[in-house]
Amino acid sequence: MGKFFAVILVVVTLASAYPIVTHKYVQPVDISTHGHAIDEQLADTMAEGGFAFVGAQLLLAFFVWKFSSRKDGSKVKHLPGGAKLVVATAFILVGTEVLALGVLGQKAWADVYFTPPKADALQIQSQAGQFAFYFRYPGADGKFAPLHPDKIDEGNGNYFGLDPANDVEARDDIVAAELTIPVNREIHLLLHAKDVGHSFYVRELRIQQDFVPGLDLSLHFTATKTGKYEIVCTQLCGLGHYNMKAYLNVLPQEDFEKWLKDRAAEQ
Amino acid sequence: MRVKAGYLAGLATLAVCAVIVHAMPSGGTVSGKVTYEGTPAKQKPIDMSKEPSCAKQHATPITTETVVTGSNNTLDNVVVYVSAGVPDENAPGQVVKFEQKGCQYIPHVLAFQVNQTLEISNADQTSHNIHPLPKVNREWNKSQPPGSAPISEKYDKPEFIPVKCNIHPWMHGNFAVMKNSHYAVTQGEGGFSLANLPPGKYTITAWHESYGDQSQDVTISGSETKTVNFVFKAKPY
Repeated sequence: MGKFFAVILVVVTLASAYPIVTHKYVQPVDISTHGHAIDEQLADTMAEGGFAFVGAQLLLAFFVWKFSSRKDGSKVKHLPGGAKLVVATAFILVGTEVLALGVLGQKAWADVYFTPPKADALQIQSQAGQFAFYFRYPGADGKFAPLHPDKIDEGNGNYFGLDPANDVEARDDIVAAELTIPVNREIHLLLHAKDVGHSFYVRELRIQQDFVPGLDLSLHFTATKTGKYEIVCTQLCGLGHYNMKAYLNVLPQEDFEKWLKDRAAEQ
Repeated sequence: MRVKAGYLAGLATLAVCAVIVHAMPSGGTVSGKVTYEGTPAKQKPIDMSKEPSCAKQHATPITTETVVTGSNNTLDNVVVYVSAGVPDENAPGQVVKFEQKGCQYIPHVLAFQVNQTLEISNADQTSHNIHPLPKVNREWNKSQPPGSAPISEKYDKPEFIPVKCNIHPWMHGNFAVMKNSHYAVTQGEGGFSLANLPPGKYTITAWHESYGDQSQDVTISGSETKTVNFVFKAKPY
């Protein structure tokens, strides 16, 4: 029975490792300038975690195979130092691994989250609310008008709470339901939640960031490939969470300018 | 033979008279037009790309409907009703229908009477969550997956109720719950007609979701038709 368990362990371990090692799960295309660092970090984590997993399982199978059916009545031999030393060694080994991943990975993380955007980054504001994303562009004056939550009137297309009657700056603000951006230009996305927590996730951009009500968070990224990608909410936000999505349209600069002009005419 | 023909002619005349009497209003009529002066707010196209099954139902994007105008400055979706002068009436048995189609409420403004049965249906391939926002009636919101049975509801107090969908933020409509059967919603060219008003003094009120309401008094004697026009002040923002 013990030997059978050891065989099963080996089979399950190798079968689990097989699709990872042979890259059966293909990563979605990376369209960002920072994405390769995230992908490398993921690959490193997968390799380190994978080696530890396969090694530990095979070692377990080996011990089960060798010692499970022992019936000679001899005393069990312990490693010198007893359980304390084994636990301490495990802590040090795992701790070192986690620390190493953290130190190596901080660059990938910090490049996205802890560096300021460039001064010429295109500012776009995103508002997440149950259950849709809306995006605001500053318009011809280059300024975002202040928000007045009491003015939000979704039936009237006022998703952000603009007050064009009193704020002249609000009259040219462009509001759209799709995030349309120019390719190869840094985007500084300001995240604003209308009601509860939401999350901005575009897997091709390798970016995921929560919206937190009451906090103005921001992100910056540069998309390098044109195309249409999905933005999904990845923070359970209520009944319609499954339906909360929008599209990211990455356009060549001239198409983007035309798009912006067309939207401006609609406001 | 001649006698028989005479009878027939008499019967025919009676029948014609009966039809005429039946078709004639049993009282006076108030009719008129609702118009605006000034510049109304620009209606914005609605981007439904997050709901493809709805987006593909509209060849060109529909716009918001908070101000719907016709030619010659006429104003649609105005509820014109007798707010004073007639007693409250019991609800008719007729069911009024409110449809969710293409992620839009049809009609945008639905008027019906207190305790009249309202039937809400979902013609879309997506779930809706209808959420009327009354202040004096009981509030509720109900999910309606595609293909599910219509929802029946009633309101027991007169009120103007904004309606929204909890899933699709752009969806917006209005219920007008009326005390009596003398009401109309302007459609097409801002025109309305309130018929069958017995002689008396009435207050006629016109309500618009963005511009509020205004009233005029009118006195009806006999079966005359009185003209009452309303002019709302439109604002660009």
